[in-house]
This record gives sequence, structure tokens and C-alpha cells, in this order.
Amino acid sequence: MRIELNVNGVTRTLNVEPRTTLLDCLRDALDLKGAHAGCEHGVCGACTVLFDGVAVRSCLMFAAQAAASAITTIEGVTPGPGELSLIQDAFCETHGLQCGYCTPAMIMVAHALLADNPEPTREEIVDAISGNICRCTGYAQIVEAIALAAERMRGVNRPRSLNK
Amino acid sequence: MTAPSHHRYVSTDRRVREDRRFVAGKGNFVADIDLPNTKHVAVVTCPHAAARIKAIDKRAALKMPGVHYVVDGAELAGATLPLLTGLDTPNVPRRPLALDVARYSGEWVAAIVADSRAQAEDAAEAIEIDYEPLPFVLDAEEALKPDAVLVHEAHGSNVLLDKTFVWGEVDKDFAVSPRKLALRVKWGRSSTVPIETFGVVTSWDPWREILDVYASIQMPRYADQIGLALKIPTTSVRVHYDVDVGGSYGVKRGIKNTVLCGYLARRLGFPVRLIEDRLENMRGGDAHGPERLFDVEVAFNDEGIVRSMKMRALENVGAYAGRSPFQLGKPIGAIVGPYKIASVKYQAIAVVTNKTTQDAVRGFGQGPTNLALERCMDEVANVLGLDPLEVRRRNMIRHEEFPYLIPSGTTYDSGNYETVVDKVLANTSYQDLKAERDRLRGQGKLAGIGMAACLEPSGGNATFEALLNPAITTSTFMDSCRINIDGLGAITATMHTTSSGQGHETLVGTVVGEVLQVDPDTIRVTRPDSLNSLPSGTPVGSRMAIMLGGAAFHAAQKLKDKLTVIAAYDLGIALERAVYERGEVFDRNSPDKRRTWADLINIAHRNYHRMPEGFEPGLAAEHIYQVPTGGTLPTKDGRVQMYPCFSFEFHLLLLSIDPDLGRPEIVRYRLGHDCGTQINPKIVRGMTMGGIAHGIGAALYEEFAYNDDGQLIAQTFMDYLLPSSHEVPAVDIVDHETPSPHTVLGQKGSGESGYLGAPAAVANAINDAIRPLGISINTLPIKVSKLGDLIADARAKKGN
Amino acid sequence: MKAAAFEYCRAADIDEACGWLAADDGARVIAGGQTLVPMMVMRLARPTRLIDINRIAALSYIRKDGDGVAIGATTRQCVVERDATVAAELPLLARAVPWIGHSATRARGTIGGSLANADPAAELPLIAVTLDAVLSYRAGGKTGTMPAHEFFVGAMVTALPEGACLTSARFPVWKGEKIGIGFHEVNARRSDFAFVSAAAQVELGADGKCKRIAIGVGAATDFPMRLEAAEKQLTGTALEPKAVDTAVRGALAGIEPLSDLHASADYRQRAAVSLAIRAVADALSDAKGKKTHAH
Repeated sequence: MRIELNVNGVTRTLNVEPRTTLLDCLRDALDLKGAHAGCEHGVCGACTVLFDGVAVRSCLMFAAQAAASAITTIEGVTPGPGELSLIQDAFCETHGLQCGYCTPAMIMVAHALLADNPEPTREEIVDAISGNICRCTGYAQIVEAIALAAERMRGVNRPRSLNK
Repeated sequence: MTAPSHHRYVSTDRRVREDRRFVAGKGNFVADIDLPNTKHVAVVTCPHAAARIKAIDKRAALKMPGVHYVVDGAELAGATLPLLTGLDTPNVPRRPLALDVARYSGEWVAAIVADSRAQAEDAAEAIEIDYEPLPFVLDAEEALKPDAVLVHEAHGSNVLLDKTFVWGEVDKDFAVSPRKLALRVKWGRSSTVPIETFGVVTSWDPWREILDVYASIQMPRYADQIGLALKIPTTSVRVHYDVDVGGSYGVKRGIKNTVLCGYLARRLGFPVRLIEDRLENMRGGDAHGPERLFDVEVAFNDEGIVRSMKMRALENVGAYAGRSPFQLGKPIGAIVGPYKIASVKYQAIAVVTNKTTQDAVRGFGQGPTNLALERCMDEVANVLGLDPLEVRRRNMIRHEEFPYLIPSGTTYDSGNYETVVDKVLANTSYQDLKAERDRLRGQGKLAGIGMAACLEPSGGNATFEALLNPAITTSTFMDSCRINIDGLGAITATMHTTSSGQGHETLVGTVVGEVLQVDPDTIRVTRPDSLNSLPSGTPVGSRMAIMLGGAAFHAAQKLKDKLTVIAAYDLGIALERAVYERGEVFDRNSPDKRRTWADLINIAHRNYHRMPEGFEPGLAAEHIYQVPTGGTLPTKDGRVQMYPCFSFEFHLLLLSIDPDLGRPEIVRYRLGHDCGTQINPKIVRGMTMGGIAHGIGAALYEEFAYNDDGQLIAQTFMDYLLPSSHEVPAVDIVDHETPSPHTVLGQKGSGESGYLGAPAAVANAINDAIRPLGISINTLPIKVSKLGDLIADARAKKGN
Repeated sequence: MKAAAFEYCRAADIDEACGWLAADDGARVIAGGQTLVPMMVMRLARPTRLIDINRIAALSYIRKDGDGVAIGATTRQCVVERDATVAAELPLLARAVPWIGHSATRARGTIGGSLANADPAAELPLIAVTLDAVLSYRAGGKTGTMPAHEFFVGAMVTALPEGACLTSARFPVWKGEKIGIGFHEVNARRSDFAFVSAAAQVELGADGKCKRIAIGVGAATDFPMRLEAAEKQLTGTALEPKAVDTAVRGALAGIEPLSDLHASADYRQRAAVSLAIRAVADALSDAKGKKTHAH
């Protein structure tokens, strides 16, 4: 069936089977490989994208359902070729990753959190990422990355959200 | 952070260069690879714990949309050799697809190739297989019984390995010791379960006769095993090491996936792709970890000095075995832990059962062994009414006693255990921790302090292979690095294996930069494919900092020496007067006489007339590095030097338990860690925290649970519980650096840190908490319900 | 893990959805999909047609409705989580919603989806039963209602008629000076399905005694239960710990708890008692304006 998806600000018309998940559609039809399949049953969170600015599991949505919403992937928050966003840079600064497989999802969650709550406590950060499993880092440096990003965002005179 | 260092780049707070691509979602994971005309594989799995495969009817499946091919075990067995095993067990062959008999629920019996994965799954449902269910055995002790169901009839028993070692005068030491205690400890079946499953893409080029392999792999001798099984020369196998692996921690072995897809690619003439889905991975990915039952006895005196130990380790390896039984052998190289136990008897038994096949897991058996040992130390303290910390102090090897030879023949290189422990306690006073424990108890909770002191053997000198299988005479364990400085002076260094998050590119850049005294960020690090690579033992056995670091160091040193010789010759001075500094070389006696980096590049690449006699032009060097202290095979009485270096960790934690609900919560967690020189502190800390998270999972949440029908009931992430950020507490880590005398920079390994001691520390804390009720628990994982029931029973007995 | 093939359509209104359901035995509605999609990709559920009801605006609302609050079936859990009316009028619901799954699943999951799914361990069915919610459904052009205690009849089984689609849940609001709530769950990890959960709502009279009390226990049995015997015993009392203990134990004495990989029947029995007692104690403290237990 034909669907229209608004991904990273661009609307595309695609031909997909109804059973194609949003995750598979992003990766296979749109060549956006940043969202990853970790479990395909909605537990690990590696497939997280933003749906109208809210973090959701793209493996739990059929692409057909995703029309008429603004989808943002990791590719959409990367400022340009070779350029890192403030949040991405914070993850590099604290080494809030190792293998990188859960990382785009963690960064999308960070984006959603900080857009909504610019001064999260450690508890709030822990809670925000609790739906994303990481097997490499034990979370400590991820939490530090998000805290660092929040601190740096507060220091920069910029609008709270780029998506709203 | 770490103690002040005399290094320019090593041990400094540098970013990990790999992070850049990952934060942008631009990693190169196997599922990201899109070769034209690739077809997709789904597997058909056996639903029974054991069954004879009587007939496979492919007709309906072949008719389905998009289906190209269906392969079964018989066809594959006719075209390939069985997979490599570690032990000599020719009657326990292992194949990608079951042949005649399937031996565990979830075993792969057929594979579909279709235009899409979804179509392959559709067709997998249409395959009709006639199974004759067979009797099965799930429990290791049951499997040992003389009348047990045989998993492999031709093997005649379920025992793959039963070897006993006696190092020292064990019987005498037991006889003269006033005290003994025996303990049974069980490490439940869990694994490190990366978020990325194993995936492989294979493509056969018949014109060049090359099989391209892209895989999420972490395994020694991968190309070898592919070539052997497919009966093609290894010069026809090109493994792409620049595939990013989404976590492995030991388990990404996928050799059966690779042989299956390699066969299909050659047979069918187009690229073939198998990305395990989570169900395939959990049930049949053959990536389960140890399931080990320990019976330990220690002999000690009234002061708590442990003189001797007897340990029987019974491992349930599942239905087949590759390298997994060797996980009983590796711990031999640190069998006494950090303690001065004088004699040891060790019996290693590996049995097959009708469970999913195991493979290597982080630590390769060290974590379970540490659990058994550390539970004993706590129980020794308990029996004597002594403090468990004091008992450990009394038994620990002191720093002046290094190098220290342990009964099984390995020499520990260096250590300063007492200082690490002191550092932890300087940070958090033991008295304060006890006071907090008492406060929690006063509030009606159960509360306990747990500790674990353990070693991380590092360097990967895997002589346990020869120890457990005398037919193996491998004493070479190597790694390599090749460096080229090009015509414009840019430096490229190579490494010859995959990585799964350990930051090896950063490691190589840092070490090469350190030696050549140039900014590591200017050094390109690449991963040639297997046809363009030098040998590498791959990231196992906590070896890469030592081995890849060593190879890179020596290759860089060769280049530095070359540059110095070229400069001295061109300056017309004796070599002893030439000083290398930051890429330039000058005359010690008159520093204005110098050659710059650009000068030296120019000479080496373009001015042969200025080169010393007989010198190779260009600036390239390589080094293949043998493991330090390696090169010996076991003695007749089973002693051998294993790993060269020993990192140390001391865990101390406070845990509280809601007595009505049995729910534990870690309240404080402190860790002291000594891995010698830390090449990159961010990487080391990340490894340790990740290891602790794995350890908490193994201790409290994770289990591959089976029901009585031999079905794996924890086959999704809804039932196999991975720790989230809520379950991993903040951990205060204090570092110490006791360099290794054997390594180029004093570095030891840290790839397994945290995981090796956290389960023991958590188990000890829980036991400390429930001891007042007169109960103990020695089986992992310690689940909420189990703990709750245990506590309730004890309270009922106490009339509570 | 790819779902078996199906047809997909979007319903513009509820009757269109019901029409599709009536036309095909294998058709199912999809709202949030947080439980349906995993079942489909594991091929445990194989609908021939999915009817997407996410865009039916008329099914997404939270509004005061006389002495209750009605919530449309496709209202997202995260919307309920943040709603001021719910916080003010249905504090027990507001307390329980953050315990449902993770924020990413609450972003999509709906009130109706969770109720219709009827997982024994789910929070929303427990709250619905505890507060005597009334569920409305539409089938064949007609609207029907069912009280929550009739709706949940088994593990993952409801009394929703064939071809019907849930349209709303209406929660009665307790009016009173001193209302207090308590909610507890126990699980292995914080965001897991509960092994056992307990919810309590208390209204105190001017004399400080319990004027009205509702106690519900979830996840221990196939569907949530009310501790009616305990409620009767405790009404009119000061809710002293001993009395609460006795009443709760008595009410739970005869249950046959579930036993599975995660918790034994014995465990669920004991935990049900513990958590119900704690929930009542919290509700009492809350009603008196005092602090309550940490979880």
C-alpha cells in the first residue's frame, strides 16, 4: 500500500506492505540505518525514534500507522555531515557509549527529555532512559552525558526545543 | 582518575574516537550492509527437546511467494565438515543444521532463503517436519548418572570432559587443618546477551573465488573455521573486520550461521543474509553462558587462613560443544584468586544435556569460579565469627610477595591488593557502612554488606586448551600491528580483528602516538580484511590492551628507531648522539643540527641517495607480538603458566531487602580497581561499569529458565530480564595502578572488570542480610520470589 | 520476527470500525499496538485485518461527566498521566499510570487497549475494578455498558461481546473532604509487569473513621479482585493496623494465586497481603494529610 511519511522534515511517498514496521521502513525503504533492531518486541528500546517529538518504539508501529506525524530519527538531529549536535558531543565527551548499538536511541530519548525538562535531576535522567537497555556501559556515562548536555544547553542562549 | 603519569597521551582523558560515528547513527553494523541482490534467511527450529527428524517436506514452502531455496541438515552435512570443537570428541559433531537428530528445543533444522525476511518466515511455517520425540535430559547431575538418557548415543556417555588436577599436598593439608567446610554453589544459566543479535552476510565471487563475509563476530580463528567447514582454502575467505559489532562480551561466535550462509551463497550465486531475530538468538543462537555447579571444600585454621581447597566444577554445556568446555580450564590460571592457598584439587566435568549450546562468555568461567571462592571466604568468616574483610586480608597475597607462583603453575605478575582495599575503605569507612546496615535493620529491613576480592587474568595465554586437551600443542598467542607513514608523513596503523565497543582504534592511536610522540588524533587506524591482515588472537581473554597495545608499541618503536637511524646517518653523527623528539631528530651535542619530520619523510620516500646502506625505502614497520610469559606447554602434573597479567578488583556493597517482598536493593556500591596503566581511563571506567551491570544481571535477574518439557521459557526480553538504568546503582570507583612488569606500558586488561566480582559481592551481601534468619542462598540468580519464599519459610520456622 | 500478512484500514469513526469487525472474524482493532504488535511479530496473534482506530478523535477525550470522569478508549496513557482533571478527581488512577510500562510505551498505549487486553498484571484493569469503573462499548450500531467487575473474566479474557469495540471508561469520583489513595506494586525490575499489585482508596468521615473504602489486588490472580469482605469489615473503623491486617488476610485467604517463571503462588499470596495492607495504610495517611511510604 502507498503511504506518506514525514521523516526528518521531508515527506516521502512509499510503497510498503501493511506488516512492515516503522523500524523496517526507516531502515530498508528510507536507508536510515541509525534506528536499530534489538528485540523487535518493544522491550530494549534500540529502535527509538521521535513521533511528534515524543520518544516511541518504532518496532511497535506499522509504517502505515505512522503517516500524518512528524518522525525524527538520529539522522534528523545530526546537524550536518561530520557535525555533532550538543547532545551528541556530550555523549562523546563522557564516553556515554561503547558499541554504539543502543546509542542513537539513547540520544533520541535525551532529546525528548531535554526538550521537555531542561534541568533534569539524576533520578529523572535515569527514569527517562530506563526504557532503553544498554549492555555495554552500565549506564553511568550515559547519565553523565545527558546531565552534561543539559548543563551546556542551559549555558547556551537557544530555544528549548527545535521541534516544537 | 588515575595516579599521575609520565605519559604524554596514555592515561590522559582522551575522547574515544569511535564514538563520533556511533552518536550519529553511522556505525557499520552487519544489518546496515546492503549488497545488491541479497536474499534473506530464516531458520526452522525443532520444537522438541530431543527428536529424530524422520522427514522434511519442503514442497509447500518452496511454492510460497519469494522463496528461492530450502536447505536441510542432510544437504548441508553432505557439503560441509562439522564445526571445530575444542575437545577431542569426534562422536559429538556439531553442525549448523541438525542431522538426523535434533538435540534441543530451538535447534536449527532447516533454512529458507527468500526475497524478504518476512517471506522467509512465512515459508518457515509451511515446512512440514515429521519428528519422533525422544527422551531427553536437562540437568547436569542427571546427565552424569549411569542410566541417563544419552544426548549423543555414539559418544557412549554424556561426559565430554572429566579431568582432575592435584596441585600440592592437598590430602595432607586437609588432614592437618583443624577446620573444614563444604559448600555447594550454583551459577545459573545466563549470558551476556548483546542488544544486537548475531548477523552475517555472505557473498561468493566465483571469478575471484572469494567468499566475502560480513559478520557481527568476535571469535578467534573465524576465517580458519569457515574455510575448514566449507572445504575451501582460507585464502578464499575474506572476513571484513571493519564491521562494527553491537556488543559481544564473548558470545558473538556465529560459526554455524556463517557456514550455513557461506554454503548458501556458494550454492545459490547471490549474497545471503541471516540476521538472527531475538527468538532465534535466545533459543538457538548457541550463545548461552556457563551453568555451573560447584562443590567446594576448604581447609583452614582458627585464624581463618585457608590452606587448601578442593573444587569440583560440573558444567552443563548444552547439546553440543565448541570451545565452551574450555571455560572450565581458564579459571585454573587464577584458581586460588588473590589468596595464598597452598594446595588445590580441581575436578572439571563437562556434560551435554538437551539444552541450547553454550559458548564463550565474558571471563570464560572466571566469574562463576570467583563466586564459589568468595562465598567460601565469607562462610569461613561466618564459621569462625570473624569479619569477612579481616579474613580476606589475612589470606591475600601481599604486594612484596610478587611475582607469586600459584599451585597450578601460573605466576601472578604484580599486585597491591591491600592498598586497593585500603583506598576503598578510605573512601567509605567500613564502620560507616556497618552503621548504615544496622540502621536499615533497625527499620525492619534485612540488610547486608557484601564484598568480593578477585582477579581479572588478562593477556589471553590460553594454555588451558593444552591442559584440557593434550592433543592441542598451541603455545602461540599473538597479535599484530602494521604502521605505514606515507609520502606526506601521514600515519596509518592497522589492527586485524573486529571490535565490539572496546575502543581499539583509540587504543592503537594512543599507543602509536605515545611512542612516536605525535597527536594520536592525527593517526589513522584501519582494519584491513582477513586477506590483508596479519595474525590476531581477537578480543578474548581480556587481552587486547596488552596484545594489540604491545604490537602497536613495538611496530611504532621500530619506526621511531628507523627515523632516528635515517636522521643520524644524514646528520653524519653517531647513533648515540641522535635524540628523537616529537617526530624530529637532533644532535644531542648541538640541538640546532636537526632533521624535521618533513625532512625525514622526504629522505625515506624520495631521497634514496641519502639513506643508510641497505635500508628499505619508505617508512613501514610491523610487529607480530607473542603473549608475554607465553610459549610453554603444561607439565605432566598439569601445571602451566596461563595469562601473564592479573588485574585486581575489590567490591564492597551495602544491600537492603524488603523482608515481606524479598526484593533486594543495592544501597551503596564501592569498587577498587587496579588494571595497571590505564591507556584510556574513559574506556576502562566504561568497561567496569558495564561489567558490574552484567554482574548484577547474573546475580539477580537473568536466567535461561527451562520447564520440565525442555522448553526454554525465558526466550524473549519479557522473561529474560536485563538490568535497566533503574537496576544499576551509582558506583564509586577508586583506581590504583600497579603496573605489570611484562607489558610495554605496564597495562593489564580490563575487559571483564566488574563482571568477575559483582555477582559474588551481591550474593555475599544477600547472605549477610539473611544470615540472622539462619538461612543462606548459593544459587544464582537470586530472584525476588525465591528470596521471598526462603525468608518466609525461615520466619515461619522461627514462629514469626 | 515479522508479522504474518494482513490487510490494513483506517476507521474514520467507531461504527465504521465495528463494521469491519463484523465483516471479518479475523479482524482486530489496533490502537497503541504496544501489546498487540509484539504478539503479532511473534505470530501468536494473526489478524487477517487490522482496523486502525487511532485517528477517531471522538474516542480520545478526558471529561467530567456528572459525578465521574469519562476517558475515551483511544486516549493515550501519557495524556492521562499529565491530565489535571485526572490528577484532581481520580488520584488513584493518576498514581497508577506512571507504573504502566515505560514512558515510550505510554506515549502510544491507550486506556482502552490496556483494558481490552486484560493482562492479569496490568495496572489499568486493577484501577478500573477498584474504582468500579463502567466500560462502554459499541457493537452493531449500538452502545452497551458493563461494570468493570463483570468485564474482566479471565487472564487476557474479557466479556466484551463478539465484534464489539471498547469506546470509553467512566470512573466514579469520590466526593469527600478526606480522600486518600495508596498504590503498590512488586516486580523484579521497576518497569516490569507486577508480580502483585494493590490499590486502595479511602474516604474518612469527620470523626476520622473510615466512611468508605475500596481495596483491589491485581496480578495475583487471573483478573483483578476486590477485597469486598475486608472492605465491609473495615468500613466504620479507624483502620487500625491490626484490624487491617486481619481483614486483608481473611479476604485473601481463599485465593488461588498464579504461579509462573517470575513468582510462585505462595509468593503472590504473601505479597498480596503485604501490598494490600500497605496500600490501605498509605490511603489512610494520605487521607489524613500525612506522608506515605516510599515504594
